[in-house]
Amino acid sequence: MNSRRVLIAIAISLPIIALLAFGLTRDPNEIPSPLPGTAAPDFLLVSMDGSGDTIRLSSQRGKVVVLNFWASWCLQCRDEHADLSMAANRYRGRGVEFFGVLYNDQAENGRRWITEQGGQSYRSLLDPGSRTAVDYGLYGVPETFIIDQQGRVVRKKIGPTTVAELASFIDPLLGDAPTQEQSE
Amino acid sequence: MIAFLFVLFAAMPQAPAQSVPGPLPAAETSTPDAHVETQLERDTRQLASELRCPVCQGLSLQDSPSELSQEMRVIIREQLLAGRSVAEVKQYFVAKYGEWILLEPEPHGFNLTVYIAPVLLLLGGAAFLYFTARRWTRQQAASAAPPSD
Repeated sequence: MNSRRVLIAIAISLPIIALLAFGLTRDPNEIPSPLPGTAAPDFLLVSMDGSGDTIRLSSQRGKVVVLNFWASWCLQCRDEHADLSMAANRYRGRGVEFFGVLYNDQAENGRRWITEQGGQSYRSLLDPGSRTAVDYGLYGVPETFIIDQQGRVVRKKIGPTTVAELASFIDPLLGDAPTQEQSE
Repeated sequence: MIAFLFVLFAAMPQAPAQSVPGPLPAAETSTPDAHVETQLERDTRQLASELRCPVCQGLSLQDSPSELSQEMRVIIREQLLAGRSVAEVKQYFVAKYGEWILLEPEPHGFNLTVYIAPVLLLLGGAAFLYFTARRWTRQQAASAAPPSD
């Protein structure tokens, strides 16, 4: 009788424990995005520098595009800012374009923030009404999207990124072997 | 004087509400637009209630005061106004955010667990109570019965 009770208790508790264990293996911040593998939503956004220039994503076809959503009020954006600028310099002239997209923020705040951070080696764009942010299924900032030469989203990175991580995303698209730095 | 005015007012012929031809009352002339507006608002509110606020903890777009939710509600309204159906607008958000954006997951695949598990637990609990109560009553009946020689 006792052994039967033990078996019933195990039969009931095991699936519950398995379900909880499955939950523990998942990072609640890493919400799977349906975008990787699909065509990147096109956009036409105005440059934040006040020049009035516009950038259309589809006009970048043939290049790898790194699209980073950021805001001046975002603390984690400070952590990745230097790395993004460094990576943009590293890949300049190699068929890779970096763009920042100011999310839920004022252009003036964004420009001031860039000055405080010592500049930005790539162009930032304005996204009034967060239309592009919603088109990319944005949860928050920072988030970075890697778009290949055919205009497909290949990676979505939630949270601050690094030069090494960006290289690990970009180099395979350029046909480059991973460098020593990123393989460490 | 007041009584006289009251009698005069009561004696005035009342305009029939619906039988008089001519221009419709203001409320009726604006009915088509008002109806579309009301339906649009209702659909927007309904859909916003079914979608999760991406930057909140368990709040719908409708309930969330966040700026992103407000902007997403505007997008819902704009898309409905542009002629998209409620299902199409919902699909747009699912395509961008995945099924996570739905407050109520679609009943298929692993999601079925959410729908089936509570029913199974309820049935299991009811069965447990039934058999436990039956065992207790039998034990009580057995202990209350006079010992047989």
